[in-house]
Amino acid sequence: MMADVFDRVKAIIVDRLDVEEDKITLEASFKDDLEADSLDVVELVMELEDEFDMEIADEEAENINTVGDAVNYINSKQS
Amino acid sequence: MLQGKNALVTGASRGIGRAIALELARQGANVAVNYAGSEQKAQEVVEEIEKLGVKACKVQANVASESEVKAMVKEVTSQFGSLDILVNNAGITRDNLLMRMKEEEFDQVINTNLKGVFICTKAVSRQMMKQRSGRIINVASIVGVAGNPGQANYVAAKAGVIGMTKTTAKEFASRNILVNAVAPGFIATDMTDELTDEQKNGMLDMIPLAKLGQPEDVAKVVRFLASDDANYITGQTIHIDGGMVM
Repeated sequence: MMADVFDRVKAIIVDRLDVEEDKITLEASFKDDLEADSLDVVELVMELEDEFDMEIADEEAENINTVGDAVNYINSKQS
Repeated sequence: MLQGKNALVTGASRGIGRAIALELARQGANVAVNYAGSEQKAQEVVEEIEKLGVKACKVQANVASESEVKAMVKEVTSQFGSLDILVNNAGITRDNLLMRMKEEEFDQVINTNLKGVFICTKAVSRQMMKQRSGRIINVASIVGVAGNPGQANYVAAKAGVIGMTKTTAKEFASRNILVNAVAPGFIATDMTDELTDEQKNGMLDMIPLAKLGQPEDVAKVVRFLASDDANYITGQTIHIDGGMVM
């Protein structure tokens, strides 16, 4: 389950941010490690909402800083 | 000029909004006609647009209500399939001298004329960001640049719209969403009909072209800003005022 979510998140990041797949670890920070600007992060969250068919409130989206944050958030909502 | 484009015009049942909706339709765009209360008038605009051979629909929403606007944008995008052009035109006046202006009068105008632009812009931004293209045109007012006695609320809102236009233009530029404003001067509409003859004559004296503008004068500039001819213009406010404020 965890791996599945991670893979789907990874695919979206590769597509959106145009980064090498091996740079995308759970610890990777969108802004510091994956060179996303704040608008990129907003867009990623939008994509995640569509991919996982969920709504991520703005307050919660603000706490998503790393790839792991996103994966954990999605897992917590899907369980 | 706008063949196959899909547009949403707020406050499009009459006045400048109506002229904009018709002008976009004349250039080939499908147009969603937003209205707050005048359903009959909105229906007439829809019928006029359909005669031009493009799609039209009327959508009710108070632009100051986020939930109503979200529902409206959802309906328009599902009907048209995409949303290329948003014209934030809906506006009201509650004129009064500042010393007599009630808090309620101030709030109503700010809510519709300023917060409404924020809500509508936010509501379409997701769709336009995904498309990697979009045009947002805000109808401000020349009084937002120059000030006007008796309109502290309206002027504050319109000046706010001009500032928001610049910020939104900067935030969305990397996604190819262009945001501009028009600042109409003294245009012949229901809103300016309410002015006294004395006020009207006073204004005419300040207009170098010495006549009122027509809603179509504004609509044609909006059409230009919505078109590919304006590909390299963003964050600007174009005065359409017969030279009143330079």
